[in-house]
Amino acid sequence: MSETQAVSAEKPTFYLTEDHHPENSTMLGFWIYLMSDCLMFAVLFATYAVLGRNYAAGPSPADLFDLQLVAINTAMLLFSSITYGFAMLRMEKGDKGGTLGWLVLTLMFGLAFLGIELYEFHHLIHEGAGPQRSAFLSAFFTLVGTHGLHVTFGCIWLVTLMVQVMQHGLIEANRRRLMCLSMFWHFLDVVWIGVFSLVYLIGVLG
Amino acid sequence: MFTNTNLMEFIFGRLSWDSLAFTHEPIILVTFIAVAFGGLAVLGALTYFRLWGYLWKEWFTSVDHKKIGIMYVILSLIMLLRGFADAVMMRTQQAIAFGGNEGYLPPHHYDQVFTAHGVIMIFFFAMPIVTGVMNFVVPLQIGARDVSFPFLNNFSFWMTAAGAVIIMLSLFVGEFARTGWLAYPPLSGADYSPGVGVDYYIWGLQVAGVGTTLSGINLIATIVKMRAPGMTMMKMPIFTWTSLCTNVLIVASFPILTATLVLLTLDRYAGTNFFTNDLGGNPMMYVNLIWIWGHPEVYILILPAFGIFSEIVSTFSGKRLFGYASMVYATVVITILSYLVWLHHFFTMGSGASVNAFFGITTMIISIPTGAKMFNWLFTMYRGRIRYEVPMYWTIGFMVTFVIGGMSGVMLAVPPADFVLHNSLFLIAHFHNVIIGGVVFGLLAGVNFWFPKAFGYKLDPFWGKMSFWFWLIGFYFAFMPLYVLGLMGVTRRVNHFEDPSLQIWFVIAAFGAFLIALGIGSFVIQLVVSFFKREQLRDTTGDPWDARTLEWSTSSPPPEYNFAFTPVVHDHDSWYDMKKRGYVRPLEGFKPIHMPKNTGTGVILSALSVALAFGMIWYMWWLAALSFLGILVVSIAHTFNYKRDYYIPAETVVATEAARTKQLAEQA
Repeated sequence: MSETQAVSAEKPTFYLTEDHHPENSTMLGFWIYLMSDCLMFAVLFATYAVLGRNYAAGPSPADLFDLQLVAINTAMLLFSSITYGFAMLRMEKGDKGGTLGWLVLTLMFGLAFLGIELYEFHHLIHEGAGPQRSAFLSAFFTLVGTHGLHVTFGCIWLVTLMVQVMQHGLIEANRRRLMCLSMFWHFLDVVWIGVFSLVYLIGVLG
Repeated sequence: MFTNTNLMEFIFGRLSWDSLAFTHEPIILVTFIAVAFGGLAVLGALTYFRLWGYLWKEWFTSVDHKKIGIMYVILSLIMLLRGFADAVMMRTQQAIAFGGNEGYLPPHHYDQVFTAHGVIMIFFFAMPIVTGVMNFVVPLQIGARDVSFPFLNNFSFWMTAAGAVIIMLSLFVGEFARTGWLAYPPLSGADYSPGVGVDYYIWGLQVAGVGTTLSGINLIATIVKMRAPGMTMMKMPIFTWTSLCTNVLIVASFPILTATLVLLTLDRYAGTNFFTNDLGGNPMMYVNLIWIWGHPEVYILILPAFGIFSEIVSTFSGKRLFGYASMVYATVVITILSYLVWLHHFFTMGSGASVNAFFGITTMIISIPTGAKMFNWLFTMYRGRIRYEVPMYWTIGFMVTFVIGGMSGVMLAVPPADFVLHNSLFLIAHFHNVIIGGVVFGLLAGVNFWFPKAFGYKLDPFWGKMSFWFWLIGFYFAFMPLYVLGLMGVTRRVNHFEDPSLQIWFVIAAFGAFLIALGIGSFVIQLVVSFFKREQLRDTTGDPWDARTLEWSTSSPPPEYNFAFTPVVHDHDSWYDMKKRGYVRPLEGFKPIHMPKNTGTGVILSALSVALAFGMIWYMWWLAALSFLGILVVSIAHTFNYKRDYYIPAETVVATEAARTKQLAEQA
C-alpha cells in the first residue's frame, strides 16, 4: 500500500495522496470462472448419475467401454498436465524457448487425447450406440463430449498463446495468460479423473 | 446437384414468408407498424441530430461502469414496457373471455403472450435493472475507479442486449414458445413444440446468460479486490454486501441454467433422450435442474432490493442502519438457504412425505432472516428523523406489501396446502406480490435515489409520488382478486372460463392493471418532466439526500475516474463519518489517472451472437457456422491487442476538480 497522510487522532486520513493500485484480480476472476464451469460439469455428472442406468433395452457400459483405450487416453491427458507444469517452470526461469517447447509437447498430448476420444465416439456410433439410443448414452456423450470440447478450446487457446509468446516474449501479460490457461488445463484434468472413475471404471466394474 | 427448393432450404432453413407473423395476425401487424414507425423515427432523429458517432464513442464502446450501468437500466425499462404490454393483453383477455365470448386472444397466441411476459419480466427487465444498478453503484460505494474487468463488463452488457434482441425478433419473425416461462419438457421437446418458439427461448436465454454469468464474476472480483483501503468486509455498505451475495448466487446458479438448457437443446436438435418420455428420458430431471437455478434466481433479484431499502431507510431516517451485522448475517443465511428449497416448486411431483417435509421446513426457515431484516428497517426508522422523499415512499410501500407476500409464501410452503394451491392463481398472486412489492418497488426506489448521482439532477417528486400511488393501489387491485380466485381453485395460464361468477374478480384485476399502467405512465412523465426542469432540480453538492456512503462524496454525475484520490475508509457509513469528522476536499496534488480504453469488440461479438442464434433457430446452418467462426476470430484477435489503457493527464483532473470547487463555492 502507498503512503498515507500523517495520521493524527484528531483528524484521520480520508484519502491517499499517492496513486493506489489495487491488486490484480485476474487470477481470482479466473478461479471463479472455473468454479462456474465446474458447476456445469456438476449438472452433467448429476444427469449421468440419474439417467446413467436407463439403458432402454440398449447396450450398457460393460458392453461398450474399452478400458485399455480409455487408460491410454487418460495417460495422454495426465501427461499433458505434467508437460504444462514443466512449461510453467521454464516460464518462471524466463526461458522462452523451453516454455514454448513444453507447450508444443502439451499440445501434442492434448491432440492425441482428442484423437482417441473421437475414435471412441466414432466406434460407438458405428456400433449403433449413438447418443440417441438411450438416456444413458445421451448423458455419456454429453458429459464426455463437453469435456472434449473444453480440451479443444484449450488447444486453440494454447496455440494462440504460443503465437503471443513468440511475438512479445514472456512479458507480464503473457505470463498471466499462461497461468490462466494452466489452471484451465489442470482443471480439465481433474474433471477427467471424475469422468474416468465415475463413468468408465464404475460403469465397467460396478 | 441442387434443385431450386434445396437451395432455398439451404439458404433460409425453416424461414419463409409465412414465418413473418404480422402477415396473418392483425394484432401483431398493428404492433409491427407501430414499432416500425417508432423505430424509423428514432433512427431518423439520431441521424438528423448526428448522434451516431457520439453514441458509439461515448456509450456503446464505453467500458465506464457508470455508463454501462445506465445502459442496462435503459434496456430494462424498454423491456418493462414490452412485458407490461403482454400483461395488459392477458388481463383484458381474462376479463372478457367468459361463456360464449372467446375474447380476442386464441390459445396459441395467449400461450405465447404469457410465456413472453414471464421471460421478459424476469430475464430482461428485472435482471438488467438489478445488474445495472449494481454496476453503477458498487464501484462508487467501495471507492474504486472501475470494475475489475472493464471490457468484460461492456461485453456482458451487450450479450444481455443481444438476448433481448433475439426475444424481440420472435414477435415478428416466427413465434415465441407456448410453454410457460420455464419451458418444461416434454411440452418443450421436439415432439410437442416442433416450431421455432422454444428455440427462440433457448437461444435468447443462453446468449443473455453468458452476459449475466460474466458480469457476476466481474462484480465478485471487484468487491473482493478493489475496495478502498480500510474497508474491511464488515465495513462494506450494506448494498455492496447484498450485491456480493447476489453475484455469488449468479455465479453459482446461472451455469446450472446454461447446462440444463444445453441438454434441452440437444434433445431438440440432436435427438438425445434426456427429458423425453421414452428411451429412458426423465422430464422431472429438467424440472429439478431448472429450479435449482430458479430458486436462487428469485433471491438474486430480491437481495439487491433489500440492500437498496437498507441504504434508503438509514439515509432518510438520518440514522445508522439498525443491526448492521445482523443484516449481513441475514443476507448470507438467505444466500445459503436459497439453494435448499428448490423442491417446493413441485411438491406435487410426489417425492414422498419426508422429502416434501424437508423442503417445506427449509422454505419456512427463510422467513426468519427475512423477518429479521424487516425488524432492522423498522428499528432504524424508530426515533429517526424521517424525511418522506419519494424513495422512502417506495420503501414503506414495500414493507407493507412484501410482508403480505411473504406470509402467503409461508402458506404455500406447507406441502398439503400446496397440493391444493399448486399452479393456481394463488401462486401467481404470491409471486407477483413479492416480485412487484419487493423487486420492482426496490428498483424504482433505487432509481429515484441514485438518479441525481447518475445525471446530476433529482427526479421530480410530484410525478414520483403519483407513480408510487398508482403502482401501490394498482398492485392491490390487480393481485388481491387473484388470491381469492386461487383459493377457489382457478388455475393459471387459462384463456377462457365457463363460470360467470368468477368474472367480477378478473374485471377488478384488469382495473388494477389499468392503474399500474398509469403508474408506469407517471414514471415516464416523471423522467420527461425532470429533464425539462433539470436546472431547478440540479444537484450541485453531490450529496442531495445528506446520505452516508462513499458514492455521495464525489460530484453528481461523478467524473470519469470517480475519485481524484482513493478514499480511505474508517466506518461503514464512511461518507457520514467523513462529514462528521471534518473531511476537507483535496484541492491540489492531482496526478495522472490510469484508466482502461474503450473498445468496440463487445458490440461486434454481441451482433455475431445474434446472427449465430438466428441461424440456429431457423436451421440456417451456414449462418450459424459463419457467425460462430466470426466469434472465435474476433475474440482471438481481441487478445492480440495489448494496449488497453491510457492516462487521464493531470491537467484534465485539475480542470475537472477546479470546476467542482467552483460549483461547490457557488452553492455555499
